[in-house]
Amino acid sequence: MATTTATESIPSWRYTWGVRWRLWRQNSLEFWRELRKHPVSVAGGVVVLLYVLAAIFAEQITWHSPELGNLRNRLMPPAFMAGGSWEFPLGTDAQGRDIYTRIVFGARISLLVGVLSVGVSMVVGVALGALAGYRRGRIDSLISRFADLLLAFPFLIFAIGMMAFLGPGFVNLILALTFKGWVEFFRLARGDMIAEGTREYVEAARITGQKDWQIVVSEMLPNILPTIFVLTTLRIGFMIVTEASLSFLGLGIQPPTPAWGSMVADGRNHLLNAWWVSTMPGVAIVALVLAINLFGEGLRDVLDPRLKIE
Amino acid sequence: MTEREFFSLQTRPEGRLRVERDASAHPSEARPTTPLIEARRLTKHFPIQPSLLARLLAGQRDRLVRAVDEVDLAIWSGETVGLVGESGCGKTTLGRMLTLLHRPTSGEIYFQGRPLVGHRVLTTDETGQVSRAPYYRLTQIVFQNPYSSLNPRKTVRQILTAPLRARGVKRPADIEAEVRFLMDRVGLNPSHIDRYPHQFSGGQRQRIGIARALAMRPLFVVADEPVSSLDVSIQAQVINLLEELQAEYKLTYLFIAHDLSVIHHISDRVAVMYLGHIVEEGATDELFAAPRHPYTQALLAAVPVVEKAARRSRILLQGGVPSPIDPPSGCRFHPRCFVKKGQICEQEKPPFFQVNGQRVACWLYDDHPHAATAPSVDAVSLEPAKGRQ
Amino acid sequence: MARPILELRNLTTVFPTRRGEVRAVDAVNLALYPGQILGLVGESGCGKSTVLLSILGLIARPGRITGEVLLDGRDLTKLSNRELRRLRGKEIAMIFQDPLSTLNPAFPVGEQIRESLRLHNMLPGPWLWPFDAGRRQREKERVLQVMEEVGIPAPEARYRAYPHQFSGGMQQRALIAIGLACNPRILLADEPTTALDVTIQAQIIALMKRINQEHGAAIILVTHDLGLAAEFCDHIAVMYAGRIVEIGSVDQVIENPQHPYTQGLLRCIPNLKERRPLQPIPGSVPDLADLPLGCAFAPRCPDFQPVCAEGFFRLQPVIENGRKKVHRSGEVHMARCLRLTGYRMPEDD
Repeated sequence: MATTTATESIPSWRYTWGVRWRLWRQNSLEFWRELRKHPVSVAGGVVVLLYVLAAIFAEQITWHSPELGNLRNRLMPPAFMAGGSWEFPLGTDAQGRDIYTRIVFGARISLLVGVLSVGVSMVVGVALGALAGYRRGRIDSLISRFADLLLAFPFLIFAIGMMAFLGPGFVNLILALTFKGWVEFFRLARGDMIAEGTREYVEAARITGQKDWQIVVSEMLPNILPTIFVLTTLRIGFMIVTEASLSFLGLGIQPPTPAWGSMVADGRNHLLNAWWVSTMPGVAIVALVLAINLFGEGLRDVLDPRLKIE
Repeated sequence: MTEREFFSLQTRPEGRLRVERDASAHPSEARPTTPLIEARRLTKHFPIQPSLLARLLAGQRDRLVRAVDEVDLAIWSGETVGLVGESGCGKTTLGRMLTLLHRPTSGEIYFQGRPLVGHRVLTTDETGQVSRAPYYRLTQIVFQNPYSSLNPRKTVRQILTAPLRARGVKRPADIEAEVRFLMDRVGLNPSHIDRYPHQFSGGQRQRIGIARALAMRPLFVVADEPVSSLDVSIQAQVINLLEELQAEYKLTYLFIAHDLSVIHHISDRVAVMYLGHIVEEGATDELFAAPRHPYTQALLAAVPVVEKAARRSRILLQGGVPSPIDPPSGCRFHPRCFVKKGQICEQEKPPFFQVNGQRVACWLYDDHPHAATAPSVDAVSLEPAKGRQ
Repeated sequence: MARPILELRNLTTVFPTRRGEVRAVDAVNLALYPGQILGLVGESGCGKSTVLLSILGLIARPGRITGEVLLDGRDLTKLSNRELRRLRGKEIAMIFQDPLSTLNPAFPVGEQIRESLRLHNMLPGPWLWPFDAGRRQREKERVLQVMEEVGIPAPEARYRAYPHQFSGGMQQRALIAIGLACNPRILLADEPTTALDVTIQAQIIALMKRINQEHGAAIILVTHDLGLAAEFCDHIAVMYAGRIVEIGSVDQVIENPQHPYTQGLLRCIPNLKERRPLQPIPGSVPDLADLPLGCAFAPRCPDFQPVCAEGFFRLQPVIENGRKKVHRSGEVHMARCLRLTGYRMPEDD
């Protein structure tokens, strides 16, 4: 009886929140301990964080306009080369705009496109995947066949077609990337849901009177979320590359808004005399995507229960 | 009223397990007339539907896995019925049907004499009051695998909260108190309430699973191989716990296992299944002392035992259990049977014959209505068929 | 008395883990005599399977083996991988618990049995296709003979069948056939019947008994089922937390268990003859990375003495009526317990 009296004296609401906080802290500490074993991944995460901070505080850390240039300053070399100045740390482009400034503002676009398109894809894909994987049967084969159909198109060509059809623009870009992007999430979520569905805790939930949506949302989804989360990170990198490719082709973000893809395209004509115009945004893309992927790999090692041995 | 007080009200002093076990030896006299739960011609067929492509190209057609075929089984209040058989014999499917985790293909389930319609059932409690409740409030299940039956991302508190909520315990303080009580009752340290399943050993996890079933205060519990994945020394702990709980809370068990010694230990009555049919059923002691069905005889003889005195002469069955997709005609055991009577075994499904206290589905007992002439296990060796045909 | 064909001396297998070194097998001494069936009994995690893997040198890095594994006086732990491979399957064959994951699903069962013949060059001849036709024919004949022997019906028809077309019992037979193909002198069986039903288990055990009698192969059977060990084995070694706690002939260990763990195990398994209350061993198997000092069983022991938590106990011969209990073949019944060291229990006074 000692156990019951001890808890009755504590107001229930405070106790439950205390419990939640304790659990959360316990889980995050455990997560951090695991992640620390992957230093490369942590480094990737730090780089990503730097990009995010730069994108948020773009106005504060730059001193030129990203869209307007001065033709007098055109094609200035970076600061570390002869003739360069710290006024333009990474040099200027053919219109005299500071490349550093444009890269920082371009990070905004790239990250926004990546996060938004993957976010929408994930919500749509996981919802459909959970539905198909839990219900199975006709609805599953219907969605699965449609997903198979979409998978038959190469991603970039499909996106190019979509953009040509919808016309350029930020919202259309997100739409084009999402229209096929959800399939990956759908397939992963569906497969994981089917696998989870064979485990007895689902039946245990059913026999303790939980409704279908409760079982899916509160019992099964938390178990597949880690893998979904890992895929999310990896897909953001992919989406950023795709957005850059579209912008490079002139189908994505329209000038003068700075986007890394179009910046690379702008520098094509000056590759011989001013290599930095194309190279600097290219390096920015590579560094960000590499960092995201490294972070995602580490995340997978930590979170993916399939790799974890109890 | 705390959980403990509630349960102590429920438990009558004479409701001890052992007392009822003795009474069960004479089923017709001691038992109440209506069983707590009764399966009538319960059938489960799982369809195998080949994909459209397989249909068109390979010409595959719909097939049926006849997991359970027209099974009759009655379980009286307070008793433990052991359900034994080899893998694929349908014992788990039968257990799942009795908890409605599988919808029967055909047949009926009667609960306290009333047919089950939908997921709700009318029940009579001790005072004679009739109430309507969801079926899962009255029947619970303890799963075989203590690893996959607990959600790895939920703490013990969260796992046990779900059934408590379903039962109508809403106040957090009440839930907390009951979870701690349940943990204490099944032998877990209540201070581990916020631990995750992976922080417990296999035996402790099975205790959590038992606590989850108990939290609903069920009348009937299906224990689906609850100890088969546990170590020997832990098995005994869990078996003892199940027995204690039964005596304390007047539970009724359907105990599913493939381990005959465990079944022998815990059951009052035993039903032996083979390929979707119950082939023999009777009081434990009688059935183990004198198994009537040749399959039961072979099964019993195959169990390795420590005590030399308990060893039986081996009966080696030929081959394995046939597929339930296309089960043998007539008596499903006939292709492996070592005392086959003749044509009739292959052509007609044997009905149940009453031999002493046992029900046996075997044609051997067609013209032997009395047990005195029935073959006992000691008379059966590898080639007894010649003498009896 | 014959010399043992296989002898383990101080065999210790250590796995370094994050939480320190785990001694999965700790100073195990065993002798296997020709034609003997030795049972290695214990609960999961007691190191019984690791003993078998250590014998065959199948411990993956960073795990380490120390001590000696003597096969006819030759120390297997000193052999190179190449030499070990030549021994595995030919001199010592192993049967695993789960046949479906041991057989390769992509090749016919018959071919997999033949592969072990070819690998050990049992029937010498040209190896290059198509010149090996004659050799292949002889190998196939031997395979069919072995399949017949392990009781696979219609071996001709089954030669080309794939593992998934076999039932569980048949798969286990096929696995035994692979083991038998090269006529090994020692058969290591790691829970060969745990995945099988009792009636199938009875078939497989009868088969292994026949192999033992007809071929004279010595068998080490690893199992958690005391009943199985009692019926099938000549000798039993009971393991707990990586150590052998009791060893002796079946009659000695089962009828007259000396170690409290063996006694506890025997008390907690249900009996088919009579129904008596089970007396479980309290607590659970200790964590190998965090073993208690002294006797590993001490925390669960009903006869616990304060000394148990401190000293290290050797395997002591069991003394009865002033004489060491000796089995006919000269084996001594031994147990690792304080009570056998001559220490007088307080309640004895």
